[in-house]
Amino acid sequence: MNVIAEAIIEADPKVPVIRMTRDFKGTPAQLMSAHTDPDLFAQWVGPNNMTTKIDQWDARTGGSWRFIQGRDGQEFSFRGCFHEVGSNRIVQTFTYEGEPDGVALETIVFEDLGDGRTRMHASSLCDSFEGRDAWLQSGMETGVNEGYAKLDRILANGAA
Amino acid sequence: MAADTLSRIFSALADPTRRDMVDRLATADATVNQLAARYEMSLQAVYKHLRVLEEAGVVSRPQGPQPRSVRLEAEVFDLMDSWIERYRRRAEERYRRLDAVLEAMTNDEQKEQHNERDR
Repeated sequence: MNVIAEAIIEADPKVPVIRMTRDFKGTPAQLMSAHTDPDLFAQWVGPNNMTTKIDQWDARTGGSWRFIQGRDGQEFSFRGCFHEVGSNRIVQTFTYEGEPDGVALETIVFEDLGDGRTRMHASSLCDSFEGRDAWLQSGMETGVNEGYAKLDRILANGAA
Repeated sequence: MAADTLSRIFSALADPTRRDMVDRLATADATVNQLAARYEMSLQAVYKHLRVLEEAGVVSRPQGPQPRSVRLEAEVFDLMDSWIERYRRRAEERYRRLDAVLEAMTNDEQKEQHNERDR
């Protein structure tokens, strides 16, 4: 079986969904823990140059979550509900509080590849194409987003 | 496209002057002097910015009649596939952190197994 060592991403042209696939060296149970244990989750959700503070966390079917990411006095908050926390599947809603009307439905499935390896299938269904494209274009962690917005305009104009 | 090539492009474009140069070159090729006229900085400083862009493969200065003009390498942006690639890159960074967490979990579990065996 091919190894998906780096994340594969697909933005569906017909449905406002972002799909990602990636392989991990770890069991599905470990992946589940890394997604449901707040201390573990805060360690990797990142980005690198931000701290993540878990404000609310109840990783059970019907539970909810909220975390705050900060850098240089700036804060970004995210919240959602755990719609389903199964044995190898998590379904949850996701809202960036800076755009409180937007909500995405995220489904994460951990496929056991055997030999202590797991393939993660993640999909984020946004409520509009605009919402999805805003997600794709967001990237405060890189700190150079303003510049990219300009570059996007150049590309959109077909000049480049 | 190799990750280090991408990060070189990203860091080259992280500077507002260099982004402005790219913006200008998207309209048409320009000589270094034409570019420099837009900025209140020494010609030397303009050359320095151009060198960063050139080394990242964002622009080139093809051989030809003097003064040589600076050209935007459009295929760089094709390769980047714009925002999807950026998003993917951020996801990949996140997953590398998750790799590290998983590795630590596995190490802890193995240590525990060893301790239980020793008991």
